[in-house]
Amino acid sequence: MLTDDHDPLKGKMLRVLDQDANVNEDLVPSIDDDTLKRAFYTMVLSRVADEKAVAMQRQGRLGAYPPNKGQEAASLGPAMAMDEGDWFVWSFRELAGLLWRGLPLDRYFLGWMGNEEGNRYDERLRITPPSIPVASQYAYAVGLAYASRYRGESAVTFAFTGDGGTSEGDFHESLNAAGVFRLPMVFIVQNNQWAISVPRSRQTASATLAQKAVAYGIRGIQVDGNDILAMYAASKEAAEVARSGGGPTLIEAYTYRLGDHTTSDDARRYRLEAEAKEWEARDPITRTMKYLYSRGLLDDDEASDLWDEAGKAVEDAVARAEAFPRPSLEDVFKYTYEDMPPCLEEQLDELRGTEGRP
Amino acid sequence: MMMNMVQAINSALAVEMEADGSVVVLGEDVGAVGGVFRATDGLMKRFGSERVIDTPLAESLIAGMATGMAMAGLRPVAEIQFMGFSYLALNMIISHTARMRNRSRGTYTVPMVMRMPYGAGVKALEHHSESTESMFVQIPGIKVVVPSTPREAKGLLISSIRDPDPVIFLEPTRSYRLFKEEVEEGAFTIPLGEARTVREGDDVTVVCWGAMMPLTMEAVDAAEGEGISCDVIDLRTLSPMDPDAVIRSVRRTGRVVIVQEAPMTCGLAAEIIARINKKAFLSLEAPPERVTAPDITVPLPQGENHYYISPDRIYHAIRRTASF
Repeated sequence: MLTDDHDPLKGKMLRVLDQDANVNEDLVPSIDDDTLKRAFYTMVLSRVADEKAVAMQRQGRLGAYPPNKGQEAASLGPAMAMDEGDWFVWSFRELAGLLWRGLPLDRYFLGWMGNEEGNRYDERLRITPPSIPVASQYAYAVGLAYASRYRGESAVTFAFTGDGGTSEGDFHESLNAAGVFRLPMVFIVQNNQWAISVPRSRQTASATLAQKAVAYGIRGIQVDGNDILAMYAASKEAAEVARSGGGPTLIEAYTYRLGDHTTSDDARRYRLEAEAKEWEARDPITRTMKYLYSRGLLDDDEASDLWDEAGKAVEDAVARAEAFPRPSLEDVFKYTYEDMPPCLEEQLDELRGTEGRP
Repeated sequence: MMMNMVQAINSALAVEMEADGSVVVLGEDVGAVGGVFRATDGLMKRFGSERVIDTPLAESLIAGMATGMAMAGLRPVAEIQFMGFSYLALNMIISHTARMRNRSRGTYTVPMVMRMPYGAGVKALEHHSESTESMFVQIPGIKVVVPSTPREAKGLLISSIRDPDPVIFLEPTRSYRLFKEEVEEGAFTIPLGEARTVREGDDVTVVCWGAMMPLTMEAVDAAEGEGISCDVIDLRTLSPMDPDAVIRSVRRTGRVVIVQEAPMTCGLAAEIIARINKKAFLSLEAPPERVTAPDITVPLPQGENHYYISPDRIYHAIRRTASF
């Protein structure tokens, strides 16, 4: 078991693919070539979409936005390990994983442009809407997992938060309960080193975030979050354990937020640019690309085509999102309750300006 | 069958669990011991520990877990041991339970019930006597229901369990074992969003809910002894509020007293008065009165008598209003 061989209390982090594309052959997971290439493309698509979203925010075409740059592998690896029917409970920085699971990119843009319609996905995708109060989504993820098992489904619930999230009470309450109920869950903490301006060292005195699993009586593993092979391997094992009744796993994805916390933030105010530069050299996309090159699965021409293809897909998605109608007055009322109560009808009428008219 | 309110709640849970496998019960001590008030007594034995779930002691988790279960299509009934502990779950309720339908444009809904005993008058410890329903009424997307009698509790709880939206179900601790009444053994519903006329009268409208109902009836009996006839309305559903019954009554009586256990400022009574002003202003013969707790912390038992609303205070308010 990877979790046995990489005890977080001993400071052992799982890495399969290093930044120079050297592979630990003993640990390399079985992924077919097409899937690998599709994974690479998904990271590229995520990156292009992410940079587009930031640019659109600067142009006033999109609201405050939390960039994903540098963290693509951390959400993609778990997504690749998921089966149909598994739950993807995201926070707000998991674009690559969402794309892998089939989230329509136009909906993603629409959501960040400030329209709840962006969160209307096909329910069969089992992707919950974004959750901004950090780690709070872990608590409803516990309920989703409990419901799956109660109904005799084999679904596993994958739930994401960040390093800051591990300080929240909901992180504790949820991991604790998932351990007690031995729920089929995989908790992924994207440790991107910074919770806005507060460094990881200010969140906890624990040497790793993964070791928090020990206190909950569940499995925990620290993984190189910029290593798509390691993230996939750890997630796959955790999913299999969960599916076979072995309970939850906590995966700490050790990564880095190359961008600002959101477009309203300026990371230069609190961290050294040298640090970001250092992490740029560990970019998960470059690393995966080098690996594909070394395997002879990709060359410059094809890589360039994939970036172009992603660019077109993003432009199409943006065009669809921008063409989407703005919410009507009725829209902003009608999803409060299943049936609109009379007092809301009355308030709606008042805003329509029709109150008192014949 | 004669039941007190705890028995009626237990009966509602049992008939719904019997009829619908998606109904599950969760909370602190709801299983083996059957709840600290015994509202879930016997359910674990009957339906098993997968359906009647003793959770870790964690209110935010309970609220979140119920929310997730409901998103996945179950109908969870969560118990928060006392309203004073629901504050630990407030973020979950406000940020997710109440908004999931709107946030996801109806992709996910949260048909859950969160039961909690509320209210003072039982000489309890600190945090066990809270009546902060106005906080919940301020949250769009959830319903707030308060029963006042055993039969009401059963019918309203069954409706709440079957409701497609999240319901905060506030159970008046003081009324749990105060009296028994005839309650049907099987399933029946009392619709949410409709107030109930408890007694018809012509002189003064008296509005109350939950634990204030029996106290109000004592005051009304005393007033009627002096020839003041009261139209008593039990609000039942505090949110979304449908004040039609109140408005209709006030148009007829021109006088109204609202009895609210909670502190005065920004309480529900203020909201009801605002709606009366808008819709029945020209019918008013006297300023609307409210009988509320003062804006202070609920005192511990030795000082509770200074705080808790007495039938006498309600009686005097009715007399003042009637003679204005």
